[in-house]
Amino acid sequence: MHHASSNLNAWLAILAVVLASSAGDVLLSRAMKQIGDLGRLRAERGLSFLILLIIRNRYFLLGVCCMALAFYSLLFGLSWNDVSLIGPAAASLTFVANAVAAKIFLHERVDRRRWGAALLVAAGVVLMAL
Amino acid sequence: MNVRKYLVLAGVSVFAPVGDSLLSYGMKQVGNVSLHDLPDLLFAIANPWVGIGILLLLGFFASYMTALSWADLTYVLPASSLGYVLLAFIARFALHEKVSATRWLGIALVSGGVGFVTSGPELTRRPPQPQINRQPKAAEHS
Repeated sequence: MHHASSNLNAWLAILAVVLASSAGDVLLSRAMKQIGDLGRLRAERGLSFLILLIIRNRYFLLGVCCMALAFYSLLFGLSWNDVSLIGPAAASLTFVANAVAAKIFLHERVDRRRWGAALLVAAGVVLMAL
Repeated sequence: MNVRKYLVLAGVSVFAPVGDSLLSYGMKQVGNVSLHDLPDLLFAIANPWVGIGILLLLGFFASYMTALSWADLTYVLPASSLGYVLLAFIARFALHEKVSATRWLGIALVSGGVGFVTSGPELTRRPPQPQINRQPKAAEHS
């Protein structure tokens, strides 16, 4: 019984990590594309200007909230099961969820090469955990 | 792609798995957190391993945002997954752990995925007009 509830909690945490981190990734990616090349901006306008620009971006703020949610879901999951289950399961599902989300929300051209890479990495991460 | 960009991707690759491993080690010391005592998670930060793990994850976050400022999400994520492979090599050659055949196959698949995506362009869509730079760079092809 304890084992079953421990597994259920772990998988609930994995689901929460996948959803929250995909949403966070998409929001952060949109924010950074809106701001422009961070390395060049820092060289041209300085670090404090860059930080101000980033923390005033609403996509960034929303993305960080999602990432924080993903982080605490991860901590919750890690307290119930091993990192060898939580880490790879959440990571590999996030690769696939992100490819779908990037295509829909960021309009990235997810061609066969990108799908192939996402699926290869997702499968590889699972195999490495076995 | 230039050296600076490869270094940023390397930062994303290394900081995330090492930070996660430290968090895992720390959380094992903190113990199980029940759904009814979720605020207890806030105090987990007091554990030194969790604290160092969080610092490394902040380093990961800075490199990750920099990478996302010039590359697609579907490029950055697979390209930076080389960290898993790095961890397996550390386990095998530095910690002398046994790495199974299945795990080597997983390493091959991850490496294949990384090679696959990094052989293509890092940006497939022209970014929206940045707030500051009025002349965004056109998509670069490596």
